[in-house]
Order: sequence, then C-alpha cells, then structure tokens
Amino acid sequence: MTSAITRREAMFGAAATAGSLLLAGGNAGAQTKPTELRVGITTFLSGAASVFGVPARNAAELIFEDINKAGGIGGVPVRAYFVDEGPGTDHLVGEFRRLVQNEGVHIMFASISSGSCLACTPLSDEMKKTTLLWDCGTQRIFEEGKHPFAFRTQGYGTPEVLAPLLYLLKHKPDFKTLAVINQDYAWGRDSWELWKAGMEALKPGVRVVAEMFPRFGAPDYSTEVTRLLAARPDVILSTSWGGDLVTLVRQAAERRLFDRSTFVLPVAEASMQTLGKTMPAGHVIGARGDHWNNHPKPKDPAKLAKFVEAYRAKYNEYPIYPCHHMAQAIAAMQAGFARAIAAKGGGWPNDQELANAFRGLTFDTPTSSITLREDGQGLEDQIVGLSSFTEKFPFAVPKDMIIFPAAMVSAPVGQKSVEWLKTLKPEFLAQVPAPVAG
Amino acid sequence: MSGSANSLSRPAGAAPARSLGEGLPALLGIAALVLVAWAVPWLKFVLTIALAKGIAVLGILLLLRAGQVSFGHAMFLATGAYTVAFVAPFQTEALLLLPLAALLATLLGLAVGLFVVRYRDIFFGMLNLALSMVLYSLLEKLYEYTKGTDGIRVSVLTFAGLRPERETQEWLMFGLALLLAVLFGLLVRAYLASPMGRALAGIKTRETRLEFMGVSARRVLLFAYVLSALMGGTAGALVAMTSRHVTPQLAYWTSSGELVFIAILGGAGSALGPFLGAAAFELVRVYAAAAVADAWQMILGAVLLLVILFAPGGIWGMLAGRLRRSA
Amino acid sequence: MMAWFAENSLLLGLALLDGLAYAALVFMVAVGLNLVFGVLRIVNVAHGSLFAIGAYTAASLGLFFASRGLPPWAGYAALILAACLVGAVLGPLIERLVLRRIYGQEEVLQLLVTFALFMILEDVQKLVWGVQPISQDLPMKVLGTVDVPFGEDVIPFTIYQLFVLPGVAVAVLAGLAWFLRRTLTGRVIVAVTTDKEAAMAMGIDAAKVTLLTFTFGAGLAALGGALASPTTSLVPGIGAQTIVLSFAVVATAGLGQIEGAALTSLLIGLGRSVAVYFAPEFEVVVPYIIMVAVLLVRPQGLFGVLETRRV
Repeated sequence: MTSAITRREAMFGAAATAGSLLLAGGNAGAQTKPTELRVGITTFLSGAASVFGVPARNAAELIFEDINKAGGIGGVPVRAYFVDEGPGTDHLVGEFRRLVQNEGVHIMFASISSGSCLACTPLSDEMKKTTLLWDCGTQRIFEEGKHPFAFRTQGYGTPEVLAPLLYLLKHKPDFKTLAVINQDYAWGRDSWELWKAGMEALKPGVRVVAEMFPRFGAPDYSTEVTRLLAARPDVILSTSWGGDLVTLVRQAAERRLFDRSTFVLPVAEASMQTLGKTMPAGHVIGARGDHWNNHPKPKDPAKLAKFVEAYRAKYNEYPIYPCHHMAQAIAAMQAGFARAIAAKGGGWPNDQELANAFRGLTFDTPTSSITLREDGQGLEDQIVGLSSFTEKFPFAVPKDMIIFPAAMVSAPVGQKSVEWLKTLKPEFLAQVPAPVAG
Repeated sequence: MSGSANSLSRPAGAAPARSLGEGLPALLGIAALVLVAWAVPWLKFVLTIALAKGIAVLGILLLLRAGQVSFGHAMFLATGAYTVAFVAPFQTEALLLLPLAALLATLLGLAVGLFVVRYRDIFFGMLNLALSMVLYSLLEKLYEYTKGTDGIRVSVLTFAGLRPERETQEWLMFGLALLLAVLFGLLVRAYLASPMGRALAGIKTRETRLEFMGVSARRVLLFAYVLSALMGGTAGALVAMTSRHVTPQLAYWTSSGELVFIAILGGAGSALGPFLGAAAFELVRVYAAAAVADAWQMILGAVLLLVILFAPGGIWGMLAGRLRRSA
Repeated sequence: MMAWFAENSLLLGLALLDGLAYAALVFMVAVGLNLVFGVLRIVNVAHGSLFAIGAYTAASLGLFFASRGLPPWAGYAALILAACLVGAVLGPLIERLVLRRIYGQEEVLQLLVTFALFMILEDVQKLVWGVQPISQDLPMKVLGTVDVPFGEDVIPFTIYQLFVLPGVAVAVLAGLAWFLRRTLTGRVIVAVTTDKEAAMAMGIDAAKVTLLTFTFGAGLAALGGALASPTTSLVPGIGAQTIVLSFAVVATAGLGQIEGAALTSLLIGLGRSVAVYFAPEFEVVVPYIIMVAVLLVRPQGLFGVLETRRV
C-alpha cells in the first residue's frame, strides 16, 4: 500500500514538473524589469570536449554566485541554464529553441564547438536573441554572413594561428621542413589551412614533410610519432587539444621527439596542468588568448589573482582558457546590460536594444580589455611563448612572451582570413613586438 | 534464438479486428501532437524531429519483423540529410528536395541492400554498422566538400515557390512530417499485411521453409531493406529541413543505436510504435537534459533498461495490453 | 611495385613494429568480446565501458600506489589488480542482475540491454572520474626506450609498446587456447559455444558457464583498458570508440574464434599503420574495408564455421 502511494506521489511530482516545464515561459521579450536575468549557456557536458565544457561551467557558476552576492546585474539576480552540446546539433538547436521560447532566456551563450556555433548563430538571427559566442573559433561565422544578434567575446582561429606562426618565425627563422599533426575535424583542418596560407606568404619555400589528421579522440599516436621521428622535420605543428594533445605529448616526449623537432602547440595551455613536468621546455605554446597564469603585465593583477584563487579554492585546479573565455563572456554581458540600461535611462532593454548595446562594446577582462568590432568579432590579444618551468607553478608556463595586439593578427572586417593571410609580406614580421622578459 | 512469444513477433495489421484497435489511438495521437505543438511552440520543433525519426524507425521495424537488426541505419538518414544540405544552395524548393533525398537514399539502399541481404543476424548488423561508419568517416574526412564535423548549414527553403515566415515554416514542416508519418504508417501496415510482408516473419522463424515454398528470402528482405532506406532518407531530409544544419554525427553508430532504441521503446508490434517511441525518446531526452544536463544519458539508458526488462512490448505493447483488458 | 617496396622497405619495417603494438591492444579487447559472444550469443556493447572502466581503475590505482611511495613496478600490479577487480565485480553484477533476465529473448533486446548499460556506464565514468584527461604512464616510463636502427638514423621505441603489449597479447592468446582446449572448464565453454542445446542436454550447467565466461570476458576488456592506460590519456568517450572497432574484429574473425580475433587484429593493426605512413586519409576506414572485404569472400568470417540452417 505504502509503495503504491509513493509511486502515485512520484508520478504526480513528475507530472507537475513536466507541466511547469511545458507551460512556463511565454514572457520572452517582456520589457518590464524581470525578476531574474536568465542566461542560456550551451557547453559540452559529455564526450571528449567536456574537458573544456565542464571547467567553463564551473567558472560560470562561480562568477554568477559572486555577481548575485553583489546584487545581480542591474539589480536583477542572474540564473543560468546549462545545455549539453554533446548529443549533437539536432538536439542542440532544439534546446536553443527551448531556452528562448520556453524558459524565456534574455541572452544566450553559444558553444564550444564550431559546428554548434554555426548552427546556433543563424537561430539568433531568426529569433532575434542576443547570442554571445563564448568559445568557438571558426572564422566562418562572421566572414560568411552578417549576424546582427551574435557577438564573439574572444579571439578566433586566425589570430590564434597567426600569432604562434609569427612567434616561430621570430624564434626559429631558419627552419626548412615542417610536419603537421592535427585532429581530424573542423578546427584541425581550418587551423592548418590558415597556417599554410600564412606560412607560404611570410616564409615561402618551407617543405611540408607530413600532413597527418588522426581521428578526433584517437587513443594512440605511436605510429604517427614513429613517422615523425623518421621524417625529422625542423618544426612540428599541432593545434590538438584535450586528451589528444596530452597523449601526443606524452608519447612524443617519451620517445624523444621533442629533442629532434621544435613543437608549436597553439592550444597547449589547457593541457599544461595535466601534463605537469612531462611537457618538455623550450617549445612554442599558445593559449587562445592572453590569459596565462603568469601574464607579464595584466591590466588588473588583483582581479586576475582573485579569480584564479577563487577557482582554485573551489575546484582544486587552476582555471584553463575556457574558464577565462566564459569569464569574458560574462564580463561582456555585464558591460552590455549596463550600457543598454543606461541608454534607456534605467529602463530594461528589449532584445533589439540589448543587441545594439553590444555593437562596438569595450569591456575589461582581468588581463586586458576586449572590443567587439562592427562585425561582432571580439579583439583579444594573443600571448605566445616558450614552455618553461618556474618555482611558482607545478606545470609549464611560457617565457620570452610576445604580446600580439589583437588588431594586428586578426583579418580586417569584411575580409576572408585565408585571402588576407595570403596578402601578408615577410616585412610584416618587423611589426612583431619584442618579447617581454619574465 | 526465436524462443519466447512477445509482441515483436506478432504481426501488426494481420488480423482485421486489430486494425480497428490502431485507428483510434492513431487519431488521438495526431490530435494530441497538434494540440501540444500549438500550446507549446518550442515543442513543435522537438515533435517534428520526433515524427521524422519515427519514419526512419518504421524502416527499422520492417527489418525487425524479419529478425534483423541494422546497427547502421543512420547512414540512410544521413544520406537524406546531406542531400538536402548539398542541393539546397541550388534548389531551395522543399517539395523537390524531399523526393530527391528519398530517391538517393533509396538508391543507396538498393546498392547496399544487394550486398547485405546475403547476411543474417550479427553479420547483417555489423555490416550495416561498418558501412555506416565508412559513410561517417567520409563525411568527416572529405572536409573540402562536407566541412567535416562543422557540418553544413541548410539555407532558407521555399515551399511551393513561397518563402513563408519562420512561424509558418515551422508549422509547414510539422504538417509535412505529420502527413508523411501517416502516409508511411499506412503504407507499412498495408505492406506488412501483404504476402511480401508476411514472408518477412518467415525469414525470422524458419527461412529454409520460405525457400522450400519457392519464395526468395533475399528478395523479400531486399524489398524491405530498400523500403526502409527510402523511409530513412525521407526522415533525414525532414531532419535537415527542420534543424537546418547537418553534421556527420547523424551517421555515427550511436545514432543508429538510437533508432533501434526507439523501435524497442515504442514497441515493434504496431506501425504506431515508432512514433510513440520517437516522441517518448525526444521528450525524455529534452526533459532529462533540462533536469540533469550532466546525466541525461544515464536516464535514457535506465529508461531503456526498464522498458526491456519489464515491458518488452514497448509503449505500444503496454497501451495495447491496457486496451485489450478494458475492452 | 617491387621498386616501391624496395624504396619504402625501411618505412614498412617501422609500420610493422607500430602495427604490432596497436594490434595487441585491439586483440585484448576484441578477444573478450568474441568469447562472450561465443557463449552468450550477445554482442555486448557495454564491453567498451568495461574497457574504459578498467583503464580508469588502473590509472587510479597506479596513481594511488605512486602516492604511497611504492616502487614503479607496483604500477604493473595496479594494471593486473584493476583488471581482476573490474572483472570480478562488474562481470557477475551485470550478468546476474541484467543479462540473466533476457536470455532467450529476441536478439535485438539483448543487444539493446547492453546498449542501455553502455549509456548508463558512460555517465557513471564521468561522475566517478570527472572529465579532465587522466594519465598514469609510469609502467611505460619505467622500462624506458630502445633504439631501433633506421638506415643511418635510429628511432626510439618504448619497450612497453614494442615488447610488453605484444608479449601480453601473445601470452593471453596462448593461455586462452590452452585453457579452452586442455582444461575441463575450457572444454565445457567450447561445448556451449558450439552447441548450447546439446551441451545442456549432456548435463552442463549453462548458467554457471555463462556467468564464468562473462566475468572472464569483462576481465579481459578491463585488462585491455588497463594495458592501454599507460600510453594514452583517459577521457570521456574512449569506450564508444573502442567498442565499434572491436565489433569489426569480431565479425571479421568469425564468431567465438580466438585465433580469428588474433589474425584480424593483426590485419587491422598492420593495415592501419601502413595507412598512416602512406595514405593517412584512409586510416579510419581501414578496419571496415578489411571487414567488408573479408565478409565478401568468407560470409561466415575468417575462421567462422557455417551454421547449419534450421528447417
């Protein structure tokens, strides 16, 4: 008897929850000040890319907690709705609609994966919902169309590849051969296309001795490492990340491939903690931005230290770049709402007014400030350096860092990245700033 | 292996008395779908996808009737979807794209079918899996054409020459999916009741007997296979036109697993099963993802496990059992 | 053609060495799957999860041993211990609680039950081990490398990959062959694989045999994972990729055939590494192409026997 009652109660409970989910919302687009500011966030919570997605969600929860303690945004407490990118695009676009049409989110943060961004951005156009592209890197978004409601609050593929290339050309100008080993998916392919275009323009005549695109999430690179050992290229480029990069570096380090070739690893930062002392010193590493733990001259050192320490205290690890990208998107959101509310004389903005506030917006990050260009693309500085070990960190951090101003390494508005890279001249190298000591 | 008599082996629509039993639930189901889609706008999208997947699962149902499990059927779905994505820049007419996608999937089904119908059981399942993985790898590897895992965005479509508003277009897609679901549902019922359809069950139980009777088991299976590919392609086209973005994930083996999952969840005893299953699957996934974004997979897995252990006839089996008891 | 071989013989030699290590890992997973299929007639999708859990457990144990200051060799104990632990705990649990209830049901239901388990276990791994890559490569590092001559150059290979992995695979193959052919329990398993009904009619306790085989198969999957763990980093999703490759091996090998699994693994391992050298774009399709090609010629698999058709 008791069991029957509990079961009925359970079913009632479930029905009530489902009902509230079914019929809630409907107040999207309301212009009175809402009781809570709802943010929809798509991120990877399952699959290989959850190595980025989960830390980013952790960062968001940490920061929103802080914001709400301080009274919210424009006096409104923030509530986040997280959605998993893992199940695939058809699921994700459904979730995007659910968040906008049913949960009535006021703003969307879209996507780690480029595929997800490419699917979500047109939805932002259709649904007229401001969408911050908080982590994906594909240059196709703003180069293949206009998206009036989408803004990318961090850098993108072009600067993230060009900066390490320029660094290499400064650090090791006389290399003659190069091999590439990238993950076989959009970023791996796109980044190689960008690199090749830049390299052929800036240093013609480099011989590419191997082009390898092992499958995404490959568990073993020993065959590839053997091939690279045999080919002895001067430089090995890999834009891989996550578990793939960790595996590649471990296997290559164990077999002394790092002694034979100089590695260029533009997305190394997120794996440095996992690799610890296994990461060999003296190789070119990047961070998809400027947010290194040992940033030589952060704009707001106290703020950076506070964020890093708070994150470490709560999650027992250093924040990695997706955490910073999440923090940037949230900073942009705060600045955007503040601007929109100010423009309306204290009133709550509607969707269009909110989007207007983001165009040309400049917001501060702990390390620097980022401006959103007229096409929606954010300008984030890039820092590249050589892997090294210090007393302070139990993992590799860069030394001899070069800070590349974002505008210098990004394709100008209205130009396609690959075409623009092809127009670069070797003299361009003269513009590269000198390394920062420390 | 055949052993126990559960609803899987029960031929649907075989007995005229039973067909009356399906008509009312079907009408009620359609009414419920329309009502929900009208009351909750964003669910319209989810339900359109569910209807499309239901059509693909109808194809799985046919093969199940012959005792064969295709663990690679997502390849036809992906073929239909990518056809739409590739052709849409040149021809935006949805009413042309749909049959074209279905046609290409059918042709692929014929080519693959000629090869795989020679195999049974695990070999049949694994060959389908292998071929779908080849397609998956190609979609991923031929980056120049397919844009790899980024996938292809489907441009805005026209319907009979018109370019309707978003809201209207969503209704059009929903209506189109519903119409096709009903048509294919009726087609499958009629097919299963025909001699060709009944011979399918013969493949499952005693194939040699079929051959003694002068029926070519391969031809019977091939026909069902090609029909299932046709439905898979149609479903894929609908998915592509609704979500307006296609990725190789559509062809990955877990997507095929999902289709089989839906077939069992809904119950293989009736042409209504796939749609019940697809709607339940999509709704569970959406609500599980909303409630526990971290562990939706576990919830889906648990639902599947419970259904198989305690209601192997699927949702339709439960409903039909209830109807029979009350009647 | 001959000229091409002569020109690339050195590289082919390297590809052979790489292929062996890879084949060893593939074999370890596939042989367990094949054994389980032979007796239970269930394609166990959750086999991939057992592989992943074995790998994670081995890494965790290894890290724990290392943190306790045990010598590096304890890493090997961790590998074996993890395999036994996962096999002995999860094997009976899954067989008794879930699989036992569906024997004799439709094949598709059996397959889907393991698919459901796979989905559940995927999230369990994530809840237990998190999402950041975990690696524990002491067992690989402690043995160091050996230089293989390559023309005038030398190529360092890790001893772990060059000797330990293929060594263990050969030992498992020989051990299994001996066990199945020379011991009573092994012969009983073979009897059930060949003809379950006849075996039961002769008084064999099929329930015991299935439990034993499944536990053993689970242990092999976990051992495969444990052996792979020192060379790779463990991330969510490794189970899904492993299992789909093992499917190809099992179908190509012929059902329940151990030697078939070994030969197929070798074919796939070598085919893959040759592809990496000469046609990297085809690397991922190689196993499936081999499978389709084999089944075209031999519909019952390399070592499979044609089943008599029931009338």
